Amino acid sequence: MKKIKIFSMKSPYREPFHIYGYVFGSGEKTAAIVGAMRGDEIQQQFVSSQIVRILTDLENAGKITEGKQILVIPSVNNFSMNIGKRFWPMDNTDINRMFPGYNSGETTQRIASALFEEIKDYKFGIQLASYHFPGDFIPHVRIIRTDADIVSEAQKFALPYVYVKNPEPFDTVMLNYNWQIWGSKAFSIYAGTTDTVDQNSAKITWQAIMRFLQSNGTVESISHPGFMTQKLKDKDFVTLTANSAGFFHCLKPAGSDVRKGEILAEILNPYDGSTEEKIISPKDSRVFFVHNKTLIMQHTAAFQLIRG
Amino acid sequence: MIKTIFSAGLPVDEQLLIQKNSIRGNHEGKRLCVVTGTHGDELEGQYVCYLLTEFLQRNTDKISGIVDIYPALNPLGIDSITRGFPGFDLDMNRIFPGSENKSLSDSAAFSIIEDIKGADFAIDIHASNIFLRELPQARINVNTAENLVSYAEMLNIDLVWIHPAATVLESTLAHSLNSLGVKTIVVEMGVGMRITTSYGERLFHGILNLMKNIGMFSGDVNCEITKPMIVEGDGVEFVNAEKSGVFLPDKNYGAKLHKGDIIGRIVSPLTGKILSTVTSETNGLLMTIRAYPIVYEGSLLARIIKN
Repeated sequence: MKKIKIFSMKSPYREPFHIYGYVFGSGEKTAAIVGAMRGDEIQQQFVSSQIVRILTDLENAGKITEGKQILVIPSVNNFSMNIGKRFWPMDNTDINRMFPGYNSGETTQRIASALFEEIKDYKFGIQLASYHFPGDFIPHVRIIRTDADIVSEAQKFALPYVYVKNPEPFDTVMLNYNWQIWGSKAFSIYAGTTDTVDQNSAKITWQAIMRFLQSNGTVESISHPGFMTQKLKDKDFVTLTANSAGFFHCLKPAGSDVRKGEILAEILNPYDGSTEEKIISPKDSRVFFVHNKTLIMQHTAAFQLIRG
Repeated sequence: MIKTIFSAGLPVDEQLLIQKNSIRGNHEGKRLCVVTGTHGDELEGQYVCYLLTEFLQRNTDKISGIVDIYPALNPLGIDSITRGFPGFDLDMNRIFPGSENKSLSDSAAFSIIEDIKGADFAIDIHASNIFLRELPQARINVNTAENLVSYAEMLNIDLVWIHPAATVLESTLAHSLNSLGVKTIVVEMGVGMRITTSYGERLFHGILNLMKNIGMFSGDVNCEITKPMIVEGDGVEFVNAEKSGVFLPDKNYGAKLHKGDIIGRIVSPLTGKILSTVTSETNGLLMTIRAYPIVYEGSLLARIIKN
């Protein structure tokens, strides 16, 4: 393993900002794995650190395939994580809205540019991503629908789902989209949680990434059984929004199988504790996403269900 | 008449309300929407809305049509000094046109679009953010320039900046409204978290001038209207910090610059050293200057309109 410095920048009063990468093997740039890009992506940083640990052991055992190179970047934004902020500490911009970056532009454009320059030539790009709303997911692979058909490649993670998402305007400035435009096969992995470490979904995630690396001949690894991956499109989801506000008492976490008519959550009046609303499953389905905060505002997406 | 265009319950005993004041003239005519407060830290539009509301309500006999004034598209943001949508930290100007049953912010965006839809014109007033001071300017996507520049010239501003199209900007309020046939002009001026009253008064007169020219106002515009410079995308030079430190400007926005003029310095209060002397690479007009002193490498320090 070789630790490389990808980007450095002095700060007015903090220690310098660095982005480090961990390089395993040598030769063809096979897979780049990017961890926490936002300061609240604790789970993503944790999963990345475990991948570095596992790859270090594999390399020491001679199990990185000759001629294959893997790059892991556990953190792109320690400055935000260290002070409990989600976005860049100075101007609150999101590094994952700055791709492909600009090396003479604003600070986060420069960070994105340096990162992208380092990772753009890898055959496979894997980003441990998070959603822009607070919530928990079933661990899954997400790919942006472009001309490239990489669903069969995504199935090699053997996670429960591959979600093929239609691109929206903001996707065009995100890492996944730009990786694909540049020619990499890009996958966003949603590791269940974001701002807390969930050991179970973290393990599912790092095992899926190792399975992927093994399946394409990059490493020799112990084969963990995966899932029969189901492909999902936007039309396969039903979103249930809250019709009232208050305490969100969730009864069905992500991954739950629910029957038509089953109560998924209750919203409780914050003054008298009475039930304001019962969120009911409209059909037999599975909870793909669930709001994970104790309080909920009206119109908030409380659940995303996979149509049965 | 004050109307609520969107409401949502907050967890404890409060409603998020997005409201407008709909001022109907005594005569039939077009419909103009004046919107601001998408970013909760941009307050320059507050003064413009106050001036317009106060004036138009006293002068309905001179108005033909309807002027809808939306002073706070992101009311929670404005009331809490938060740029984004509180709770989600979302940039509201990246979620349009929204959708009805996806999320709170999407529902709010959808309701805003539904309410403005059908208007003839909209003025979307932004301040700069807290980091920059800007000359009063309209920003127009090159794809809509042909339709909008002549109207922007009526707004009593210094510049019309025609910028290149970018896919990501398709999620802005202005793009959505222009796509729906509402001629929408984005105005940027001043600085975040402050009100520059002179700019507010200029734009107030500019909007009256626009209304007069499109047949919505029959009174006098008691102001000499400034004809703006028209600037294309490549006519603006960006100056970014090459060092992290404290920026001390030597020039104010609006200054005429010669190549080599010192714009400011980046210094280290700890060492007492000048880390970088920032100079102009071109002759031109300083349209933007850094207002917030702390800078990282890359922070935008200035924009210069090249001669």
